[in-house]
Formats: sequence, C-alpha cells, structure tokens
Amino acid sequence: MSFKLEQVSSVVGGNTHIYPLDLTLTAGSLNVLLGPTQAGKTSLMRLMAGLDKPTTGDISWNGDRMNDVPVQKRNIAMVYQQFINYPAMTVYENIASPLRIRGLSNKAIDKKVMEASELMKLTPMLQRKPLELSGGQQQRCALARALVKDADLVLLDEPLANLDYKLREELREEMPKIFTESGAVFVYATTEPTEALLLGGNTVAMSEGRIAQFGKTLDVYRNPKDMTTARVFSEPPMNFLKITKQGGELHVQGEQTRTATGAFTTLDNGQYTVGIRPNHLMLHRPSDDALAIEVTVSVVEITGSESFVHLLHGDQRWVSLAHGIHHPESGSTLTVYVDPSNAYIFDENEQMVRAPELAKVA
Amino acid sequence: MAEIHLKGLAHSYDPNASEEGHYALKQIDHVWEDGKAYALLGASGCGKSTLLNIISGLLHPSKGQVLFDGVDVTNLPTEERHIAQVFQFPVVYDTMSVYDNLAFPLRNRGHDEATIKERVLNIAEILEMTDVLNKKARGLTADAKQKISLGRGLVRENVAAILFDEPLTVIDPHLKWLLRMQLKSLHLRLKRTMIYVTHDQTEALTFADKVVVMHDGYVVQIGTPEELFDKPQHTFVGYFIGSPGMNFIDAKITGSQAVIAGETVELAASYEIKDSDKVELGIRPEFVTLSAAPSAGSFKVSVKRIEDIGRHKIVHVDFNGNDVSAIVPENVAITDDFTNMVFDQSRINIYSNDWLVEGGLSHD
Amino acid sequence: MTKTWNNKAWFMVLPVVILVAFSALLPLMTVVNYSIQDTFGNNQFFFAGFEWFEEIMTSSRFHDALGRQFLFSTIILAIEVPLGIFIAMNLPSKGWKSSLCLVLISLPLLIPLNVVGTIWQIFGRADIGLLGASIAALGLDYNYTQNAVDAWITIIVMDVWHWTSLVALLCFAGLQSIPEAYYQAARIDGASKWATFRYIQLPKMHGVLLIAVLLRFMDSFMIYTEPFVLTGGGPGNSTTFLSIDLVKMAIGQFDLGPAAAFSLIYFLIILLMSFIFYTVMNSLDKKEG
Repeated sequence: MSFKLEQVSSVVGGNTHIYPLDLTLTAGSLNVLLGPTQAGKTSLMRLMAGLDKPTTGDISWNGDRMNDVPVQKRNIAMVYQQFINYPAMTVYENIASPLRIRGLSNKAIDKKVMEASELMKLTPMLQRKPLELSGGQQQRCALARALVKDADLVLLDEPLANLDYKLREELREEMPKIFTESGAVFVYATTEPTEALLLGGNTVAMSEGRIAQFGKTLDVYRNPKDMTTARVFSEPPMNFLKITKQGGELHVQGEQTRTATGAFTTLDNGQYTVGIRPNHLMLHRPSDDALAIEVTVSVVEITGSESFVHLLHGDQRWVSLAHGIHHPESGSTLTVYVDPSNAYIFDENEQMVRAPELAKVA
Repeated sequence: MAEIHLKGLAHSYDPNASEEGHYALKQIDHVWEDGKAYALLGASGCGKSTLLNIISGLLHPSKGQVLFDGVDVTNLPTEERHIAQVFQFPVVYDTMSVYDNLAFPLRNRGHDEATIKERVLNIAEILEMTDVLNKKARGLTADAKQKISLGRGLVRENVAAILFDEPLTVIDPHLKWLLRMQLKSLHLRLKRTMIYVTHDQTEALTFADKVVVMHDGYVVQIGTPEELFDKPQHTFVGYFIGSPGMNFIDAKITGSQAVIAGETVELAASYEIKDSDKVELGIRPEFVTLSAAPSAGSFKVSVKRIEDIGRHKIVHVDFNGNDVSAIVPENVAITDDFTNMVFDQSRINIYSNDWLVEGGLSHD
Repeated sequence: MTKTWNNKAWFMVLPVVILVAFSALLPLMTVVNYSIQDTFGNNQFFFAGFEWFEEIMTSSRFHDALGRQFLFSTIILAIEVPLGIFIAMNLPSKGWKSSLCLVLISLPLLIPLNVVGTIWQIFGRADIGLLGASIAALGLDYNYTQNAVDAWITIIVMDVWHWTSLVALLCFAGLQSIPEAYYQAARIDGASKWATFRYIQLPKMHGVLLIAVLLRFMDSFMIYTEPFVLTGGGPGNSTTFLSIDLVKMAIGQFDLGPAAAFSLIYFLIILLMSFIFYTVMNSLDKKEG
C-alpha cells in the first residue's frame, strides 16, 4: 500500500505554490511536513486531499490514479489548526458522525466511538458539547473523529498550534501511539523542529514550495543533505561560519589564519561553510582541536537550566545554547569554541560534504 | 515608569460571587518593581489575562486596588493610566504609514510636530525600522507589525508599563527567536517596566527578570528562572516549568530518609512532616542518571520509551510502577540494559500537600 | 504532461445559462431590436438606425429627468450613507438589545415598495395623515400634491426611512468584524472618538461601504414605485424621474422605439456610474493602504 505523488506541481494565478515534486508515502507511516509558514505545507496537503487539483503530475493510491476522484469519494480525514467540531452535537455524536454517514449499525458505531474516546481520553465527557470543553479536549475530539473514520490518508495541519504549551507536550506524547495502531498514511504539518523530533517517523523538510529532503526524521536531522534542510531543521537556528581550507591552513571569515585541526585537516582545499548547532557552540574549550572564535555578546536568555547566549560574529547573528546559567555582559567580547567533530561542513553549492561524528554513531 | 502595587486584588466575572471558587482571580498582594521585566505564566484559564486586563484598566477588579507609584489607579480608565499594550494579533492602523502609526499616540496628545519627529525617529532607530518609515503599515509582515505596536508604546515618554499579551503567537518559529531577543535587548536598554503574558515557558523564562507563575487564579510562585527551576514552591511549578516537567513520586519521609516505591533514598536534609499529609519527592529529569552498571544508591528500573530530540534524549522508565523521565545527553547511547537509576541527592525537593518543604540540617 | 478536460461541468451550468438567456439576454435583445426600428403597429417594422438615440439624447425632457435623477441619487447617498454609519455605530453591539434593534430597524426593508408609497401617501396627507396634519397644525403650509419642494422632501424622507436601515445593517456587520483589540489599542494610544472612527472603523468598513453605496446608487437611480404611488411624478413633472418618464413614454404614449433607446441609455448610465464608483472607491482604498 502506498500513496504516491509524481511530478506534482501547483500553480495558482501565475504563482507557483509547489514546484514539481515526487514523494512516496507508505501505509502505517507518519510523515512530518516541516518548514516555515509559506513553505508550501498547506498547499501540498490540499493537493494530497484533492481539495486542489495539481497543475501537473499524478497522485496515485496503490497505483490507481486519484487526480479526478473528488474529495468526497476519497477515504481521507483532515484535522486543522482550528478546533473544528459540530457545536450542536455531543462529543459522542461528533465522533460518531463519519460512521453514521457510512451507515454502520449502532452497535458497531458504539464500539468504535468507545475505542477512539478511550485512546483520546474523552470517555468521561462523551455527553458534553464541544464548546464546554477545553481547547485540548476539543482538539482531541476532532482527532478522534478523524481516527474512527479508518481513513487511508489522515492529514493533520498544525493540529497543536493553538494549544497551550503543556497540552501540546501531552498530546505529542500520545500521538505516536495512535499512529502505530492505525494502518493509515499520516501526514502532519508543523513549523517546529522539536515537534518533528518528538513525533519521530519520517520528515519531509520543505522550503519555498520544494522538498528539501525526505527521510527518517532523525536521519534528516543528523544528516541534512544541504544548508536549506539544515536551516529548516534547527531550533534555535543553526550558526554558519565561512572558512577556506588551503594546505594545512584554515582561513576563517573575519579572523586570523590558523592551523587546521581535527576533522578540518582531512578536507580538500576550497571554500566551505561550517554549520554549528547552538548546543555545539561551546563557551568552554571542549577539546584541543576546537576552533576558538571571538564574538560579541548581544543578549543572554536564561531558562533555568540552560542559557541562550545570543552573539554577533561580524554582522552574523549566532546563538549558543549552554548548559547551566551564564551571565556574560551584553556588548562584551567572548571566545566561543567549535569542535571540528561536531561541525556540519557544506561546500560552495551548499551541499553537505561532512556530518559530525555523532551523526555517524546514530 | 512605575512600580506596580497590587493590593488585595481579586476578581470574579459573576458580580454576586460569594464562594472562592467563583473567582477567576483570587487574593493577590504583590509589588512589582519599577523597570523590571515580569512574565505572567500559566495555562489558559489560570487568570493571567484577567490580571493583565485589570492592570491595563480594561477590567475593574471586584476587590482590591491597583497602585502605580503609590497612586491608586483602580478607577482610572485605560487612557489615563499611561500604559502601552502589545496584543496577540498585531494591531496597526492600516491606512497610515509606519511613521504616522508611531506618531499617532503623540499626535492624539497634542505634541508639536518637531518633538514628534524627534521621538519617532529615535524609536524607529531602536526598532531597526528606519528604512520602512514611509511604507504603509498594512503591507508589512506580522513581526514588523508587532514592532510597530510596541513602538507606539515606546514613543510615549511617560509610559508606566508596557504590557504584552502573548505577542509571539502569530510569529514564525524562526522569527520568534529574533523578535524575542530584540524585546529582551530593548528592555535591557530602556529599563521600562514590562509585563508579558504567555503560556509558553521558554518565552516567559527567557524574557523576564521574574516569572509570576499562576495556577487556578492564584499566584503560586514569583521567582527568577533559576529559582523556578531549582526550587519550585509548588508541584504545579515543577510540572509546568521544564520539558518534561519535574518527576513526582509518592514518598514517606522519616527524618532524612525517604521511602519511594519500596526503595529507600537518603536525603541531604531532614524533614518533619505530619503522617496525614500527602508527601511527594520531586526530582527534575535533568538530575536523573541512568546507567548499565549499578552504583551506590541506584534503583532498578526498566526503559519504556526513548524520545530523541536531537540535542538530548528523553528516556521514560518504569520505576516499580512509577513513571520517571530522565534527560540523557546527545552523546550517550541508551540501550535496554540501562536499568540502573540514580538521583542527584542535592537536587531532590520534598513536597507536602503540593507545597515545598524546606529541610532542616541532617543529623546523620 | 497532458491535461485532461472534464466536460461534465458544462452540463452543470447549462440550466443557469438557459435561465439567464431567457430572463435577461432575450428581453435585452428585444429592447435593442426596438431601439433601432420604428413601428406603426400591425407588426410592421422599419429600420430607424440611431435616430431614436439621437432624439432621446437631445430631448430636453430626457435631460430634465436625468438632472432630477442625479440630484435625487446624490441627496439620497449624502443622507443615507452618513446616517447609516451613524446608526450602525450607535447600535448596541451584543445581547438581546442588539437583536431587538436589528429586527426593529430592518422592518421598513420588509415592506413592499408600493405599500411604502401608499403608507407615505396617507401619512403625509394634510387632511387625514398623521404627519401632514401635524405639520399643518404647526402652521406650516405643507402639501406634497401641490408644492414641488414638499413633494421632493416627502419622497426623500420616505426613501431615507425605507432604505437607511440597509446601509446601517451592512455597516453594522462591518463594525462587528473589528476585533476588540483595535479599540483597546486606540484607547491606549489616546485616540479621540473621531480618530478611532477615521483610522479604525472607517478603513475596516470600506468593503461593506462600497457595497452599500453601489446598492443605494443603483436602487435610487431606478426608483419608480414609491414616487409613482405618492405623486405620480408630479406636481407637474417635478418628481418625474427617469423610470417614471420611461414608463410614461413606453406605455402612456406607446412610443416603443424612443422608449427602447431610452432604456438602453438608462442602462448604460447606471453601468457607467457603478463602474466609476467601484473604481474610485477601490483606488481610494489602494492609495490609503
């Protein structure tokens, strides 16, 4: 069983929303569409659902072309950012509604509704109206309705975005459970890298109407194939540093030339961009190989256990995520360290040529 | 600029409310210092928006007073309180240019154009918006609009406090970082009293000098990010701050020993607690260590689930029927034979009926 | 990639196409047909070219009616739009009071046109009408059947009574869509009532105002029933607006050719004016935004 997009594109009123793309999703898989707003996540979902027709390309389900099958006849379910329920019906009837349309017996409906409500922790409030529930419960109700449908394709468009932070945490923990228990293809759009990591499964990194990378979530995170994916899949944003390797020497943008160390020694001569995740931009020298770089402190944010130290390297904004509480003065200069073994190295065409050693372990 | 004093404040949306349960905001007495940044943190429905609206004058409290620098402003309307506010959704005057937007509050108060120009240019400079001053506000991005909303407050020199009502809701994650940082540096530079309402702990902790944690109409703790992390005064604070939140395990305490899930833990202090109280041991996932080999004072656990979020892993283990989560660094590979758990003794907190208990000196 | 065409959609729109053809296009073509021909009955027609158009365009009767029509529509818009906005702003915004007010102000909209005319015809009579008698009792000489100014005033008051609520309802809907935060921000910024209106309410009402102005312009420009019932176009020709004149010409005098040309010119004027309104108001919005 598979859901396939081939050379699918979408052009609306002369604006290209989706550039031709290929994507194959298998049944029982969770696929996270990750990217900033305007990356094309919602456009792609609408194409998948059949709400919009692709300008070019084919959408097929198990090899059957679906382009001309109207939405009503496709077996799909969709959950939106807004909590959409029937306000006049009880939670029970809301969840039961897709089954009633299908004409199932009351007994079969009851069984499915009870199962779904158990999973979504809605059992005590089945007789209430959606508007009497909290935001989290309303969204659980919408999710339960999508689940009982036994749809082949379940589309979730930023379903947790309107929920409180802690509620998000709870629902995120429960979601993977739901996904494994159902045989559907799940597509889940989010703007938050952490959410993608918590959900696991596969990730489709999107940027400006194109798929930057598709693969297992952790693999995409650890081995971004280019700077676009690295940018999309990093929170806080990844720090970038331009270097030139020549012989045994390393020219660092805006810095003195120094001897190449660690993983830098084996690089071919040429220009590179080094990508450093904020948690790998160290305030203390981690190893003898580490590259020391002078920066200016702009602001420090403290979360209680960690500190976000915002820095300026030339005119580039950097951020270091350091364990513990650090209070460097705003405007002061500071030395930060980059362990070559923790650095992503991209070539002049922004393609990744080397991932950190950690990535190889995992 | 002002010190804000909340005196015996309480509010109910039902004018005939008699029981405490009917109050959205229960008895609050606090003084918020001049020039500091505060965050009101809590889940939706905890009373934080009610409190904000009382400070801004959009709501009149059922009980108590609001004092700005010792002056009772409880009965003053919003416009006479000298406050500024940034809303959840950007509010700009669509038909005006950015310049006119920033000048609007000054023009309304009858300042002369020369003064207006000087202040607007100054604020535009601080907000890094000088190059868009002549653009219409309507066409700008959400984050630029939020900066204009803020700017309209900053141009007024006599503003007692700037209030923020979940200002980053509609901002993209990538820009959130930038805008949040700009807000923070703005505060460091201008030292104005700022009050920031949010449900997002990261926003609250990173922005504020002091975070006011609210739960069910009460202020449960006011503290610096470190205090909230190290010494949550209430189990709710432990749960709400940190992701995942603090682990709580039912305990029985005698002196400096706690019995949890049938195992004994040596504590760094001794406690005197009534038997009838509900006692819990609290430990943050950051201070739970898992290992393959047993060590002194370690307990047997089994690994249930691992969430790898890149920079670290969250490991959920089963500890004799209790769920405990631990944070494991990126470079440690976790396997199923990591069956030994140990707590950092100095980081253990003890809670009685949900409130933190301070321990006395241990007699051991 | 080849694009497949699904022609089923054409069958779906076919009924509408047929309906529009019979209800709008065919009668319009009949009118076009009449406008370029002359007839003396017996179904005998002679081609007249643009003669009727020329006649109408140069007739002082048409010019006078057109002048009256423009004056009428201008006055109507000048009163109803500001008044509608004013009413909308002063309506209670929520609760049962709001619902009650909305029902009350919509009542005039539910009354058929000829009944409106009849109501005012009786209401304004100096001998038995409440309004007419009251004015007479004040010692004012008021008689809409004798005095042209009185007739105009009566028709305008009648139209304002009948249609202002439409503008008010549209504006009310526009105002309701403004989030509370805007008003709060305005209060915090120390904006006066006028500034709040000018910079928040008016810009946010722009869309509905455009619709209101267009509807009221088109409707008032085509007004027929009410003045016909009230004064029959008099006294003299003082309230003979374009449509009344047209009916007189077509049915009273049975001048089908000139009447058809008249209708076409009338139609084109409305089309042109609506287009101008639309373009001007839209570009105003662009300039402001």
